[in-house]
Amino acid sequence: MLVQFKDVNKKYSGKVALHNVSFEIPTGRVIGLLGPNGSGKSTIIKLMNGLIQPNAGSILIEGNKVGVQSHLDIAYLPERTYLNDWMRVRQLIEFFSDFYSNFDATIAAKLFKDLGIDLEDRLVAMSKGTKEKVQLVLVMARKAKLYILDEPIGGVDPAGRDYILNTIIKNYDTDSTLIIATHLIQEVESICDDVIFIHNGVIKLQGNVDDLRAEHGKSVDQIFREVFKCY
Amino acid sequence: MTWQFDNDKPIYIQLINILKLKIISGEIGVGEKLSSVRELAQMAGVNPNTMQRALAELEREGLVHSNRTAGRFVTEDKNLIVDVRNVYARTYISQLVQNLIPLGFSKKELMEFIQQELLEGENNVSAV
Repeated sequence: MLVQFKDVNKKYSGKVALHNVSFEIPTGRVIGLLGPNGSGKSTIIKLMNGLIQPNAGSILIEGNKVGVQSHLDIAYLPERTYLNDWMRVRQLIEFFSDFYSNFDATIAAKLFKDLGIDLEDRLVAMSKGTKEKVQLVLVMARKAKLYILDEPIGGVDPAGRDYILNTIIKNYDTDSTLIIATHLIQEVESICDDVIFIHNGVIKLQGNVDDLRAEHGKSVDQIFREVFKCY
Repeated sequence: MTWQFDNDKPIYIQLINILKLKIISGEIGVGEKLSSVRELAQMAGVNPNTMQRALAELEREGLVHSNRTAGRFVTEDKNLIVDVRNVYARTYISQLVQNLIPLGFSKKELMEFIQQELLEGENNVSAV
């Protein structure tokens, strides 16, 4: 099993963020981690990356605790930029090549070319959507076992979303697993194998997209709207 | 761009239907090689696993077969394709009938409508 969460609890200064969360994610899947704002999606992702520690429960990546090996095996796209604004795309490629032994600079350069991004452009001169694309390329150009994308399409227009999702699918290797956290369900529904619904730190529903669609006779987006109906 | 999907049905079933249509319409010819799972998934805008599931189902039905090294091909069996094509037509027509009979149309009226529609279609085609 690639990822195992067992009875994971997380509190932020007394406020419950995750309550007894358990799930398993195998290799070779595209998983949608879906939930409204503040449901715990990013908390789960930060735990997988070892950026925060659980208050209780266990988290295993490939059967081992989160650590040096899992950092290498996980390519993570955080929801906020951590890159230096003054850097040029070319410098970012060098930066990533230095940091990650599994980063493929050739693939990155090709993807930037496909997306029409100039290697001499500086981050500071880019729109929000273009910055997101740059970060996505840097993450997808790593040969990782697990790709975790936190809101990869949030700041991008609908045409750009299709483009980004296509880029993801094109570069997704079926030997790896991809986790996409988002509340834009309709957009990701057709590319996910499985979905996990989370609400107020509790898993509400999980399963195969097509099985859920068959069972409910509705799209996952519609099921989501029912499960998370706002009063 | 990508293929269009209805909200209420599993995506792999819709993929099967779209691929079947491409085969019975001849868009993908008899015995023709299919694009790779990855390429098809990209065209459709779906996950490769979902496309794989649809193709496995088409294989089970005999419409496509895979050759370990060379890839996946549409069947050489023309009769099978004709069968699938006929089933498709019957399904459509029976839906039509099921929708219209309850509204009180007689069989004769339906026949007339269909004939009229076909004639008009011919006229339109010749006009072009």
